[in-house]
Order: sequence, then structure tokens, then C-alpha cells
Amino acid sequence: MGEPERVQTLNEKQNWYWKKNIKFISGLLVIWFLVGLGGGVLFAAPLNEVPFFGVTLSFWIGHQGAILVFILLILSYAIRMDKLDREYFEKKHEN
Amino acid sequence: MSVEVITIIMVLFTFALYTGIGWWSRVKDTSSFYVAGQNVPTVANGAAIAADWMSAASFISMAGLVAFLGYDGTIYLMGWTGGYVLLALLLAPYLRKFGKFTVPDFIGDRFYSNSARTVAAIATIFISITYISGQMRGVGIVFSRYLQVDIIVGVLIGMAIVGFFALLGGMKGITWTQATQYFVIIIAFLIPAIAISLQLTGNPIPQLALTSSDIVERLSTIQVDLGMTEYMAPFTNLSLLNVFMIALALMAGTAGLPHVIVRFYTVKNVRAARWSAVWAIIFIALLYLTAPAVGAFAKYNLINTIADQPLEEVQDIEWVSKWETTGLLQFDDLNGDGIVNFAEGSPDNEVVIDKDIMVLSTPEVANLAPFIIALVATGGLAAALSTASGLLITMSSAVSHDIYYRIFNKEASEQQRLRVGRLSLLVALLIAAYVGINPPGFAGEVVALAFGLGAASLFPVILLGIFDKRMNKEGAIAGILSGLIFTLVTISLILSRTIFGTEEAIIDSFFGINAQGVGVVGMVINFIVSFIVSRNTPEPPIEIQQLIENVRAPEMDNSHFEAAATKESE
Repeated sequence: MGEPERVQTLNEKQNWYWKKNIKFISGLLVIWFLVGLGGGVLFAAPLNEVPFFGVTLSFWIGHQGAILVFILLILSYAIRMDKLDREYFEKKHEN
Repeated sequence: MSVEVITIIMVLFTFALYTGIGWWSRVKDTSSFYVAGQNVPTVANGAAIAADWMSAASFISMAGLVAFLGYDGTIYLMGWTGGYVLLALLLAPYLRKFGKFTVPDFIGDRFYSNSARTVAAIATIFISITYISGQMRGVGIVFSRYLQVDIIVGVLIGMAIVGFFALLGGMKGITWTQATQYFVIIIAFLIPAIAISLQLTGNPIPQLALTSSDIVERLSTIQVDLGMTEYMAPFTNLSLLNVFMIALALMAGTAGLPHVIVRFYTVKNVRAARWSAVWAIIFIALLYLTAPAVGAFAKYNLINTIADQPLEEVQDIEWVSKWETTGLLQFDDLNGDGIVNFAEGSPDNEVVIDKDIMVLSTPEVANLAPFIIALVATGGLAAALSTASGLLITMSSAVSHDIYYRIFNKEASEQQRLRVGRLSLLVALLIAAYVGINPPGFAGEVVALAFGLGAASLFPVILLGIFDKRMNKEGAIAGILSGLIFTLVTISLILSRTIFGTEEAIIDSFFGINAQGVGVVGMVINFIVSFIVSRNTPEPPIEIQQLIENVRAPEMDNSHFEAAATKESE
């Protein structure tokens, strides 16, 4: 079945904005997965041998560390998107 | 003054406060009834999201669940906050840009189908009722213990307060009330946590005391000595596969919660939606970083107070006898030696303790001042009521906006819609009161079902609606139905003993995945089915594709925004 051509109403600059957005979200979600489900679950057994202050590293990630990383992810998304909005504004008014 | 009197005074004071705020911000038009007129400041909206999000489960149950699951309690800590990341990054900004009233609105418009709208509205109503029943159980526990009233009376008082300002104020009234409730919730959670942390570790910051002190390590050792599982070691209560699946199911299920998503419609623009999310996660994390400390400290105190002590002495302790009368704490001297044998999970265990009383009893176990005990009760009520009111609004808008206005009566006037909105809110209130007074015997299972169904139905469809332009009506409906049916059937089979009353569970698990985690499989099925079906059926109409493109375009291209930005840069 042939793939018909899609409607494309975003102009070049809008497309650039959307692609940047997707790239950034993907990066953040990779960190989200590695820290939360990786460090807290998949690699919990080996990391349980690593001491972290009074507890083990995996215990800390599972109970507190992952949540701290989650805050940073959402914060960096808001900051980065503000910057992207500004870059887009400048790009749009270049010519 | 007794604890009960102080509790009544504090509860009355906060209820008066919430009611006053509901009155002050009452509304008259439909738009403010559903989404607060989109003029709520970012920080207030963040606090309201946090209060909406943190239900009786977060305040009353979570630390107790963590105390008994140990390491594996991460499924709740990480599952609920991790889901918030998905919501903030993948759903909230785009749904705000789309700019409609409700989740079924997005699904119905994006998939140009009233069937999709109806399915989404029904899922919304089901998830909301399930959640409200959980909140009502929280209200019931608090009232029955601290106000010494009958559960029925307690639930009715709670419903009257929620109903009063929800009917009066709609979403706007609720937003300001919830922002206030957040501060009641967090103060009520932090003060006893700080006190107990000081007492046990000498460190006034419970979040840090969890790792810097040796309490967790000592708790691990004590638990092993008593015959329980090791507190700090992973996968002693749940397998790795189940921890992974349940965490993921809670994440996806939480991200699809309609009453939280709708919050992001109440901000000015997309940028404000992103920053509301930042504030909300900070507010939420304040409680979620404290909960594991409360769980570990409370468990440590509890074991030291009752384990291996003479049963008669234990039963003489005031808080023990009061909780015993509620039936949430029970002793049974199996071996007849007069000593309390506390070994959760082993056959010799003589203590049956409801996990929901851990947080509420913490200040009493630690011998803290009566006003702190009253404060915790007030906070538990605030958590339950703030979530219940958000759910009521979501449920009534699914009925009045998505079903009545969009499907049955497209010519309905603003007045009529508002009337139907309030009427359905009233009906929802009555159902919630009924469920609160007669909670279903399988409340825990129903909650698992709600998260699983959310993960398998709403979450994938909203996600694909934004990120897959080629996704069409046929794909979305086939995806929702296959995800829903698979999850519903599998959970029913696993929990057949409580749901159908069979002797044995029809299946033990789905290839090792238990009922709480099986929603993830439903979600994967939803993704696969909707992909295959959409690629073999006609692509969505041109105006829908343009709609999606518009959601993706920078907000700045909206004309009023452009003007503001130009002015700013000059």
C-alpha cells in the first residue's frame, strides 16, 4: 500500500522548532528510564552492593534519588523550552 | 483539651476556610465552571495540581505501604512521581495548546468520532468514581478515629462540604481551595515527620535523616531478627518483573488521570503550563521525599513499641486501644505466651495492622503533642477532600459537556449546560457518598483496575493523538478497545476470588505479572493494535492533520502572543 503524501502546513522554521522539541524530550525520557526503571529496578541488585551514606545506592535511588532527578528533568524542560521559544522568535524575525 | 476536641476545632476551622474561599471565588459562566477562566497564577495552579494529585492514598496510605514493602515500596514513590514526568513532558503542554475543556473533548475532536468521545467519557467517569471511593475511605478512617462519630455521619459531613463549594465555585473555586489545601496537607505531613526525625536521629530534616542516619540499617537487622523481610534489600516482597511492571503501570496510569490533566487547561498559555508542572512537581516531591523517611521511622518506632512486649501492657497503651476499637489493629496471641510476636509475613505473626493507620498513628506512637495528632487528621482530610472535589468536577464535566452537550444537545445554551453540570455533580456526589458509606469489599483491587485501565486506554490514545499524525479514528478505537478488554479480562481472572467469588483464582498471574502490573501489557497491545489498524485504513482528514500541526507549532505564532513578544523585545 503506497504511502500518500501528508498535509504539511508547518513551515521550515516551525518544523525546526518541533524537531528540536522532540529531540530534547527524547533525551530527557532516556534519563528518566535509566535512572528510574534502570537504577531503581533493573540494576537494583548490583547497585545494592554500593553503599550510599547510611543506606545502599539502589535503595536511595528507589526511595529518593529518582524523585530528585524527576524534578530536574521537568525543570530543565521548562527552561530549555523558554530558550527555544526565544531562538524561534529570533529566527522568525531574521529576514 | 483532649485530642478529639482539638481535632474538631482544627477541622472546623479549615472547613470554614475552604468554604469561605469557595464562596469568594464563585463563578457564573460555563468556562470558569470547568477550567477556572484560565487566569490562575502559575504557583497557585502548581499547588492546586499538587493537592489534586496527592490524594488520601499519598497522605494516609503511601508511607504505610512503604513501611511494609521496604525497598519494593519504590513502586509507589517512583511510580506516581515518574508518571508525572510523562504527563509534564508528553501530554500537558500540547493539551493546553489544543485548548479544549476536557480529556474526552481532545479524544473526540482529534479522532473526529463521537464513539471515541463516548468511550473516553465513560473511562473518565469510571476512573473518577473509583478514585472517589478511595478518598471516602480516607475520610471515613479519619472521622471514625478522631471525631468518634459514626462513619456514615463523617462521610456525609465531608460530602456536604465538598459539594457546597464544588457546586458554587466550579473549577475556579476548587482551584483556590485546593491551593489552600496543599499548604494544610504539607504542613500536616512535615511537622510530625520533623518531630519524629529529631527524636530518632537528632536531625531535624527527615528527608536527609533517612540516608544520613543508621535507622534504615538497624531496621533491616531488626526485621530479619523478627522473621520479617530485610527492609533495605530489593525484591523481597515483589519480584523484579513485578516491581518493573507495577511501577510502569502506575506511571502510565497516573499520566492518564483525567482530573489532573484538566488542571493544565486552567493556565494562561503553554509556557504557563510548563511552569505549573515545575511548581507542582516541587510541591509534590516535598511530600514524596518525606514519605520514605516517615515509613522507615514509623516502622522502627512501631516495632520497638510492640514487638516482643507483653500483650497486656501493649493493649493498655492509649493509641493501641483506640485503634483496636476501629478494628484496624488486631492482636491474636497464637502461641498463648502473652508476648506480642510481630513478624509480618510469617505464620507465627500475631499482629494484624491496617497499613492505612501508619501515618495517622505516627505522632501517637512517638508520643508527640496532641495538637500534632489533630494536625495530621486535618491534613488527611484536606488530602481526601481536595482530590474528591477535583474528581467530582471532572466527572460532572464528562457527563454535561462531553456526553450531554457534544453528543445529545448541540444547541444547549450556557445556562442549560451549567444546570446539567451542577445536576450531574450532585448525582456524582450522591454516588460518592453511597460508595463511601458502603465501600465495595474489594477497594484495593478496584484501584489497581483503575490504574491499569488508565494505562491501557487513555494514556496511549492521547500520546498517539499528539505524536503520531497518521493515527486515525479506526486505529484509536481498535487500540482503546483491545487494551481495555485485555486488561479488564486479565485482572478479573487474576482477582476472580474477590470479583466473582470463585474458590481459587482462575489464573495466578499473567506470565508472572500480577493484577497491578498487567495494565502495561494492555498498553503495549493498545500501541501495537492501533499502529497496525491505522496503517491499513484511510489517513485522517486534512483538517485533523492541520489541527495536529497547529498543536505542534510554537505558541508564539498565535497572533496575540506575537504582538506581546514583539513589544517585549523592543
